[in-house]
Amino acid sequence: MSNSILESVDAAGDSTPGRTGTSAGTPASTIVMSMQQALNRALDEVLAENPKAVIFGEDCGQLGGVFRITDGLQAKHGAQRVFDTPLAESGILGMSVGLAMAGFHPIPEVQFDGFAYPAINQIVCQIARMNYRSRGTLPMPITLRVPSFGGIRAPEHHGESLEALFAHVPGLKVVSPSNPHEAYHLLKYAATRPDPVIFMEPKSRYWQKGEVNLAHGEAGAGSPTGAKVMREGRHLTLVAWGAMVARCLQVAELAAEDGIDIEVLDLRWLKPIDAEALAASVRKTRRAVVVHEAPLTSGLGAEVAQLITQSCFDTLRAPVERVTGFDVPYPSGDLEDEYIPNIDRILFGIQRVLEYKRG
Amino acid sequence: MDTLPVASGGAADPLTPAQLRELYSLMVAVRHLDRSAIAWQRQGIIPGYAPELGQEAAQVGSGYAVDTTRDFVFPTYREMGVARTMGVDMVAYMSTHKATWHGGLYDPLKSRLAPIQAVVAGSVLHAVGWAHGQTLDQKDGVAMTYFGDGASSQGDVHEALNFAAVMKAPVVFFVQNNGWAISVPTERQVAGGSVAARAAGYGMPALQIDGDDVVAVLGATRRAFAHARAGNGPVLIEAMTYRRGPHSTSDDPGRYRTLDEERDGAGADPLERFRQRLLADGIADEAFFAEALAAAKAEEEQIRTGIQALASRPGTEMFDLVFQETTPALQAQAANWREESEHV
Repeated sequence: MSNSILESVDAAGDSTPGRTGTSAGTPASTIVMSMQQALNRALDEVLAENPKAVIFGEDCGQLGGVFRITDGLQAKHGAQRVFDTPLAESGILGMSVGLAMAGFHPIPEVQFDGFAYPAINQIVCQIARMNYRSRGTLPMPITLRVPSFGGIRAPEHHGESLEALFAHVPGLKVVSPSNPHEAYHLLKYAATRPDPVIFMEPKSRYWQKGEVNLAHGEAGAGSPTGAKVMREGRHLTLVAWGAMVARCLQVAELAAEDGIDIEVLDLRWLKPIDAEALAASVRKTRRAVVVHEAPLTSGLGAEVAQLITQSCFDTLRAPVERVTGFDVPYPSGDLEDEYIPNIDRILFGIQRVLEYKRG
Repeated sequence: MDTLPVASGGAADPLTPAQLRELYSLMVAVRHLDRSAIAWQRQGIIPGYAPELGQEAAQVGSGYAVDTTRDFVFPTYREMGVARTMGVDMVAYMSTHKATWHGGLYDPLKSRLAPIQAVVAGSVLHAVGWAHGQTLDQKDGVAMTYFGDGASSQGDVHEALNFAAVMKAPVVFFVQNNGWAISVPTERQVAGGSVAARAAGYGMPALQIDGDDVVAVLGATRRAFAHARAGNGPVLIEAMTYRRGPHSTSDDPGRYRTLDEERDGAGADPLERFRQRLLADGIADEAFFAEALAAAKAEEEQIRTGIQALASRPGTEMFDLVFQETTPALQAQAANWREESEHV
């Protein structure tokens, strides 16, 4: 980072350096596991705690899913609770509606983000509306797991970011975990809600390990709703979700070397968005950059920018910046590093905000 | 066409005279209410309606086979006759056509009828899911889903038939082939000419029946229910009938079929056919028919009065019924709406 950026940073607040949220003393209930293991554990516990919970989709049973998220669950809970369906996403989601009407809590899986498209009619016209259409008599407690976003050199339609599409649909809630701890707690929470939740798993983070504090409540996980400050800072807020949170934390470490103190806010819930957390963070930092993998135009970054502008217009020192994917079809593996916001592009976004001068 | 194994038990028992007369009374009530609903639309009582004129035998006959203590039915937007036969509150049902609430005001769980479905083939998969739930719960309920020749073109119907057959789900797929999908006739809709013929590809028994013969429809549906209830998997019934009216009160059939074509295609009126049969068999007489019509008229008047008295739902329900657990954004929007709406 250039010195000019440093000079443009206001001397603000105390001089507490940025730090990660991990506490020094590790509680006894904390174990290290990958996000895949955390999700698997959460599903195992949901099946054990709720006899009406059922998991199904393509290859979810004996194989344990192509990402092994449901590994071992059929053997443990039986083929009635965890089962394979024919290869048809509309069928999987349409069937979920009927099961929910019969009192079950379906936890279907769409194998990859891009395969949610064949099921859009059932998701948008049926799952999202049945509670409303039936005047609350037929709730849709459906937790749709969607391995999401890019970064694994996969074929076409295996790297999509559909959060803005889902968030735009009345009747759906949308959440995305950023690390194993969040994955465990957010999935356990989502899978016990009475409303449909699209659970977007950042597939590029499945194999990253991290500490998971299994304890619930304030002593352990904290609240499973709303956004979460993953790193406190004074100069600028990076807003991100899914795999982009880890990248933003990396960026914050690099910026700290130049004395720029960045706050990283993991939005977690993409609907409902925690507008209060956005306001609280940006009122303090007065600058914000939102980072997402999805294309720029009509992406969720626009919604975040508007919410920040609404609550922080008077204190904002610069327009909210967006660092995102481009308005292009998700590219082939060779080009995906050019598409997904990388450290340099996020730093440039930060620079634009810090160097902004009122005209 | 009939590839359904002959049923054991009571599914094929002959109907009693009282049951036959009840079927007739239901058909008259449905016919009269259906015709009246078109009049209501012309009079401005309701904004629109999708008549089922000519499909009374298919709807009353199939609906009569439902056991509302354990089965569940998934309708489209044209199953008024099924709803009436199942004993659904008809003011609450017809409220959808008054634009009061999309799914209607009836309680789907109590009436065992899913909310009215405007997506063609939208609820066919729901029936499969509900039915598989019966299997998981080790219960003996059967799901019956209605769709038409037009809906049979939708991919969801294929997915539903395949899922149900793979999972041996207790589903009765009841197809009313009424010859028309708005303006497109069956011959330009259904390749091969028969939806029932497709069942063979799924290894599923099927019946193609005279959908204008209420006794035949009821008999076929009872057999299908018995088959599915016994754990033998799904059955497809294709009831051949004719949509005698327009697609909806906004439609103009004169643009795609002549009156001569309509008369030839429709054949004998199912209600009149049944009347002649009851007369010939000495099951009912003119006095009974007159009584049934009078009862239908009285019922229609009561429903019309109920519909006219039906107030709009409070606007707060727009917000309150989206989720079981509402969101801050929805609450804020509801608060804004209240503040900025003078009439509330």
